[in-house]
Amino acid sequence: MGIQTLIWQVTKKAFTGGIIGLTISDRFCSVVPVRGDSMSPTFNPQRDSYLDDYVLVDKFCLKDYKFARGDVVVFSSPSHYKERYIKRIVGMPGEWISSTEDVIRVPEGHCWVEGDNKASSLDSRTFGPIPLGLIGGRVTRVVWPPQRLSKIGG
Amino acid sequence: MASSFWNIAYQQAMKSGVLVAKVYSFLHVTTNYLAFPAYAFGPSMIPTLHPSGNVVLAERISKLSRGDVVVFQSPEDPNKLPTKRVVGLEGDSVSFVVDPGKNDESRTIVVPKGHVWVEGDYTQNSRDSRSFGPVPYALVQGRLLWRVWPFQDFGPIGS
Repeated sequence: MGIQTLIWQVTKKAFTGGIIGLTISDRFCSVVPVRGDSMSPTFNPQRDSYLDDYVLVDKFCLKDYKFARGDVVVFSSPSHYKERYIKRIVGMPGEWISSTEDVIRVPEGHCWVEGDNKASSLDSRTFGPIPLGLIGGRVTRVVWPPQRLSKIGG
Repeated sequence: MASSFWNIAYQQAMKSGVLVAKVYSFLHVTTNYLAFPAYAFGPSMIPTLHPSGNVVLAERISKLSRGDVVVFQSPEDPNKLPTKRVVGLEGDSVSFVVDPGKNDESRTIVVPKGHVWVEGDYTQNSRDSRSFGPVPYALVQGRLLWRVWPFQDFGPIGS
């Protein structure tokens, strides 16, 4: 019947579109919201959640995990693998980080991440350096709200 | 007319482009969310895997259990993908000899939340959690399911 083939055609197109969209989001770039104020004032300088920033996350950098100090990255939590955080890389492998008690060397294959708002950020000062493999992308721009459109320098 | 040649050429290019996008996306979603082939070599998993090389099929669907052989991103280098066996899940106590070449001194560690402890089956020649510590769950890429090559060892990878 006509309506059945129509539904089937629409379903096929939606499925294909979904698969292509998922691939673009995994391989090229995706848009994610920033929650919380741990990266204030870079992201979410106000406290109201209806004004949360949305950022563009580049995935090309995952080809060989080339990152640099200053990059803002999205990564999976080392203890809760389904949760993702956004923080800034402040230490690359081989560099030294001074914490409250002593000086720590960032091991090979890891990086030290901290939120720009040090007073309100759960980061490497708590869970230690994170393996670079946990990183899921680099934040390059703020894309929403329109008045906060900006490029994030690295 | 000359313009209809370019019309047809453009339409053909668009069709091919869409086909390439569909195939690429299908392959990406299958290998990233379902299963993917891998080539594993090296001595650390003797006798389960041949040191000279194995083509295996790994899947990303199951939740990990103790005894699974997994491919994961090395905490020492995200571009390296070692293959080892899961010996401990989060909360497990694992004991290991710290420096087998030196003495029998052993340590016991509780595997932290969200991590797994991996060791090669051939512990004498395996760089694993005894060196680089527990591996966060998100670094695990897949669980080895089946060996495809060498053909005489075609079959499931056991626990």
